[in-house]
Amino acid sequence: MVTTTSKRDVVDAMKLLTVHLRIKRYNPEVDTRPHWQDFEIQAKAADTVLNALHTIKWTIDGSLSFRRSCAHGVCGSDAMVINGENKLSCVNLISDVGTDLVIEPIRGLPVIKDLIVDMEPFFAQYRSVIPYLIADDDPGYKERYQSQDERARYDDTTKCILCACCTTSCPVYWANGEYVGPAAIINAHRFIFDSRDHAAERRLDILNQKSGVWRCRTSFNCTEACPRGIKVTQAIEEVKRAILYDRI
Amino acid sequence: MIVGAGGAGLRAAIEVSGKCRTAVLTKLYPTRSHTGAAQGGMCAALANVEEDYWEWHAFDTVKGSDYLGDQPAIDVMCQEAIDAVIDLEHFGLAFSRTPEGKIDQRRFGGHTRNHGEAPVRRSCYAADRTGHMILQTLYQQCVARDVNFFNEFQVFDVLFEGEGAEKRCAGVVAYELSTGDLHVFASKGVLFATGGYGKMFRISSNAHTLTGDGPGVLFQNGLPMEDLEFYQFHPTGIYGLGILLTEGARGEGGILRNGLGERFMERVAPTVKDLAPRDMVSRAIHAEIKEGRGAGPDKDYVYLDLTHLPPEQIDAKLPDITGFVRTYLGIEPKTDPIPIQPTAHYAMGGIPTNINGEVVIDTNNTVMPGLYAAGECACVSVHGANRLGTNSLLDIVVFGRRGGRAMAEYVNVVNHPNITKSAANKVRDHIERVKASGGGEKVAELRTTLQETMTRNASVVRTEESLREAKATIDDLRKRYQSISIDDKGSIFNSDLTEALELSHLLDLANGLVMGAIARQESRGAHWRDDFPTRNDVKWMKHTFAYQDEDGNVTLKYKAVVGGKYQPMERKY
Ligand SMILES: Cc1cc2nc3c(=O)[nH]c(=O)nc-3n(C[C@H](O)[C@H](O)[C@H](O)COP(=O)(O)OP(=O)(O)OC[C@H]3O[C@@H](n4cnc5c(N)ncnc54)[C@H](O)[C@@H]3O)c2cc1C
Ligand code: FES
Repeated sequence: MVTTTSKRDVVDAMKLLTVHLRIKRYNPEVDTRPHWQDFEIQAKAADTVLNALHTIKWTIDGSLSFRRSCAHGVCGSDAMVINGENKLSCVNLISDVGTDLVIEPIRGLPVIKDLIVDMEPFFAQYRSVIPYLIADDDPGYKERYQSQDERARYDDTTKCILCACCTTSCPVYWANGEYVGPAAIINAHRFIFDSRDHAAERRLDILNQKSGVWRCRTSFNCTEACPRGIKVTQAIEEVKRAILYDRI
Repeated sequence: MIVGAGGAGLRAAIEVSGKCRTAVLTKLYPTRSHTGAAQGGMCAALANVEEDYWEWHAFDTVKGSDYLGDQPAIDVMCQEAIDAVIDLEHFGLAFSRTPEGKIDQRRFGGHTRNHGEAPVRRSCYAADRTGHMILQTLYQQCVARDVNFFNEFQVFDVLFEGEGAEKRCAGVVAYELSTGDLHVFASKGVLFATGGYGKMFRISSNAHTLTGDGPGVLFQNGLPMEDLEFYQFHPTGIYGLGILLTEGARGEGGILRNGLGERFMERVAPTVKDLAPRDMVSRAIHAEIKEGRGAGPDKDYVYLDLTHLPPEQIDAKLPDITGFVRTYLGIEPKTDPIPIQPTAHYAMGGIPTNINGEVVIDTNNTVMPGLYAAGECACVSVHGANRLGTNSLLDIVVFGRRGGRAMAEYVNVVNHPNITKSAANKVRDHIERVKASGGGEKVAELRTTLQETMTRNASVVRTEESLREAKATIDDLRKRYQSISIDDKGSIFNSDLTEALELSHLLDLANGLVMGAIARQESRGAHWRDDFPTRNDVKWMKHTFAYQDEDGNVTLKYKAVVGGKYQPMERKY
């Protein structure tokens, strides 16, 4: 049952609702494999899924484990699968996702405990695309100039918070962890299209390999999953085009 | 050894990398650090869009600090600000640009031209995600330098070697979150950059993880904390949640209105109006609400009004914060004013350091060799009694760099400390005790009680009575803390346990804050006492040094403010 409570309606937003959460649990110290556990709590329509998880952790079962920090969608700690879709728990309100929730860890990365996965492979892929500015010129003790249009060219991909929602929503990535994945590609894009950078060739070479952009099947899962609204698929297409037509 | 991978820790890591063997220990993945939440910008007198000088910036910072900032340190920060911004640009930071392609600058609270004449455009920014860009850029540069990170290692103790004048810092004890193993890291130099402790308040802009671990660990080891009673409340937190809406919103032309629709800041600060410093704006909001001019059913908030701004400007300059308002309140900021209230935001106080990031351990500025601190956890003091917006992002890069440089020089001339594995015993005992306890007190319940009392009794406006009430609650909570018990007895990602240890830091620091606030019978900057509503320069132009003994009792000592060209005067805007 999905509630239709409107966030605008202050009274309804504050009304207590019964929320059912079905959470995939796994504790390697006691479990041989993951299992489901059901919880029922009271929450307001305006509460986030993260609030609901905290209610469980702080009042029912302190062993429930998940990562979180900022609680407003800027740190990228708390990507998880909520009712089948990759989301950050802290930016989704009960009024958005309903009162019947099924929550699992993100897919494609090894689960360590409950909703916590091993992020190392993801960050290794990020590091593999040379994700930093390489400029050969010496600007001396002055800033480099960049026109507003040049700055706008890569604005969208600077928004990435490395939450892995995109990469772990990609069916190609689930099937083959060698694929660098959308997040690494957009972080390469951020520099490839930065007018101050001089290492686009090197990054395009890396992304032209078999672990690179050509694995992308344009399924758009990544764009839908991105909590920052980055046009991920479009950025990947731009990188593909840059490789094919040598155009930046 | 660098503890913390926010802006300060990463900037220090860049500075030391290549000069000595370095490890960065961080309880969060670096890119999760709360520096990433900073929105508005970072000030530097680049004069890219209008006339400006670092001396004007220094004057504003001194005045903003309500004359509690140390002027030599402020001079260093404002002078090096220009370099620091250019450094970041060279590192690749995607600043917003002017039509000519220079780094754009905008207005921010308390920053003025020519000693208070009018607001000045001084804040360098990247839309409303400047902190995100700084954090990403610094992390990228660490990747480029192959900095050695120990991610999800939480430091719970600091180690020393030798006695008396020979005593020096010798390493840290860290808990590996993914395994539960305790590690002893022997190190010639340790720099703490663990950020703030805003989670001692209920309404707060701070992340769940901002629990004051660095200051807490040092405080528990008998080192002093400076100026804890000066805690900043940002005027514009989302009502009920505390999520920050940057001052940049007012820099872009946003206006504060009370429940009657009046622009009340016109009365309070006729010259700079809504861009007065944060302490004054927060108090003005408090006064509006107290005098019955608040908005809403309980008349307990006011509005941030952006409805008169061109929609394109909102989309280009304030996309993130308007997104927060839509997400959490379901309100469209282009057409409706936003309910806001002051939110606990920034610790001016913390680990006392000199301008090279060296930690000082007494009121004579004696340095503890090998121990450094930078960023929000440190107190240089450049922010004094009230930090100006954008001066923290500046502080973290300027003093992160200085601290890193000083540490690299020091470790190259001293020998390696002798530390044995048994150094971890104190932390191990604490952990075992918490895991074994059947006491029944719950961490979350204690923390919530602490947060409630701090927000109610020790925030924007304080009195002896309210502070005594907070103190009594804290005393009680510290007793109850002895019988906390947790559900999770395991080793892997046991956040039930780490939250318990973090709570001990929050309790100690809250106690230090309240003690300092009770003693300080004056009103200065963010510390406002309704029972002593004026600044008293004769008695109180001094920094507080709080010391905690083994039984958890606090004693206070004082150190004179270091003055300079600017003489104290009344703060009018
Ligand atoms: C919402 C918001 C907006 C802001 N906007 C601005 C702005 O526009 N301009 C401005 O100048 N300032 C702003 N500030 C203030 C500024 O962002 C912070 O003061 C600053 O970023 C703090 O940086 P830091 O490096 O000291 O700490 P943080 O970025 O908080 O980093 C702390 C680091 O320490 C680590 N750590 C903590 N404890 C431990 C431990 N026990 N063991 C190991 N590691 C540990 C964490 O993992 C993290 O890496 C804002 C603050 C907030 C909350
Ligand atoms: S907790 Fe930071 S993004 Fe959700």
